[in-house]
Amino acid sequence: MSEKKVVVIGGGVAGLEAASSIAAFGVEVALIEKDDHLGGHVDQWDRLFPSRRPAKEITGYLIERLNEKVTVLTGTEIQKIERFGKNWKLTLNDSQTLIADALLLATGFDLFEARKKEEYGYGIYDNVITSADLEKKFSLDGKIRNAQGKVPERVGFVHCVGSRDEKVGNLYCSRVCCVTAVKQAVEVSEMIPGCEVFCFYMDLRMFGLDFEALYKESQEKWGVHFIRGRLSEAFENQDGSVLVKVEDTLAGRPLKMKVDLLILMSGMVTSSGTKKLMDLLQLETDENSFLQPSDRQLQANETGIPGLFLAGTCTSPKSIDETIADSRAAALRIMEYMNSVGSQQSAVSSQLLKTNDNK
Amino acid sequence: MPHFGYTISTDRQIDYDSNDKRVAKYLAEHEPSFMICISCGTCTATCSAGVFTTFSLREHIGNIKRGEIRNIKAEAEKCMLCGKCQLACPRGVNTRNVILNIQRAFEALGL
Repeated sequence: MSEKKVVVIGGGVAGLEAASSIAAFGVEVALIEKDDHLGGHVDQWDRLFPSRRPAKEITGYLIERLNEKVTVLTGTEIQKIERFGKNWKLTLNDSQTLIADALLLATGFDLFEARKKEEYGYGIYDNVITSADLEKKFSLDGKIRNAQGKVPERVGFVHCVGSRDEKVGNLYCSRVCCVTAVKQAVEVSEMIPGCEVFCFYMDLRMFGLDFEALYKESQEKWGVHFIRGRLSEAFENQDGSVLVKVEDTLAGRPLKMKVDLLILMSGMVTSSGTKKLMDLLQLETDENSFLQPSDRQLQANETGIPGLFLAGTCTSPKSIDETIADSRAAALRIMEYMNSVGSQQSAVSSQLLKTNDNK
Repeated sequence: MPHFGYTISTDRQIDYDSNDKRVAKYLAEHEPSFMICISCGTCTATCSAGVFTTFSLREHIGNIKRGEIRNIKAEAEKCMLCGKCQLACPRGVNTRNVILNIQRAFEALGL
């Protein structure tokens, strides 16, 4: 019997789904994660758009689906990747080596470093936080206070922070921030009755089936206000509140207002883990620094390098459902690839696996 | 008084904190669909009054929400209540009742 092995790099949603999909075919999978926990960014999130289900439902389900064919290696980094015949040889940080028939990169995204938009004052003003910081507050105890310990009377959400912005080198839309802002606006309104909530946006990109309904609910049920205009700057008042300046582009006039808490919707950028693998494998990136698949429509999981595949947000910003669909597609492509490679290679990899397991 | 040729420009900035949001509050309470406007402009595009006057429901709803209500009372009187906007609105805003309630808000608030 041929023992084929796939190495999946990244233990977030993409890696988890791909690992369980490949293992379901009876193929051995090593799932490598640099952190000491699985679940990636989603594991750090409280609730998800649009249904506001707990994020743990997603990660819990995906982890549960990993069968005995999957070996999980957390707290593990890759030192070296070499070609080994038609296979891959990976050297890990504990000097262990793995031989794989196919390699899947599922190294995800990093959140845009909001400090780079200095005019918004993140890291300078105490009451300017990111969407991820707010999500941590939700998870912690759901008690929203500003830095002065005050229950906010007015909260502002700034869309497109680090997205659609040539000044930070990111020309693309990060896809998930618009609906996340609306979700968080609803949650803040629910947690703090009477709190005025404002979203400052350029376009509202409610592309998902239920997103528009959530947007409408935010207006109808919670009275969330939407002001079309990109924030130009934020200032700190003496009491720690934040004065924001924006053009209300529908009124055609500049507008200023005070908020007690300003939330920056940080977008997605290529992760440091992806960059490291780009160096190790000398891969090409697109103009936005994401990994470049062979063809974004027809070969979105292929790289042009035999046995090397891509899944999830390492190639572009994606929502969770898009990531899961993408990962399943990658798993299928990997299975097709391994079936097409002759049985000789399988015999070799089987032997090597045995030596590796004996270590 | 001698005229030196100088003028003082008025501040065009919308000062949300000091603006009067009472009309917006009245409308949100009396015609809640006021809150679900997405500023698409379909109402204004179809408006017969808007062809000949400065009446723009889209613009006025936005201004009321920001507390910019200086000319709103006079503007609301330009509407003929024909209801075309209500047929066209993709969000189902009860536009005629919004306009009627703008007039009522000004009366009720003594503005």
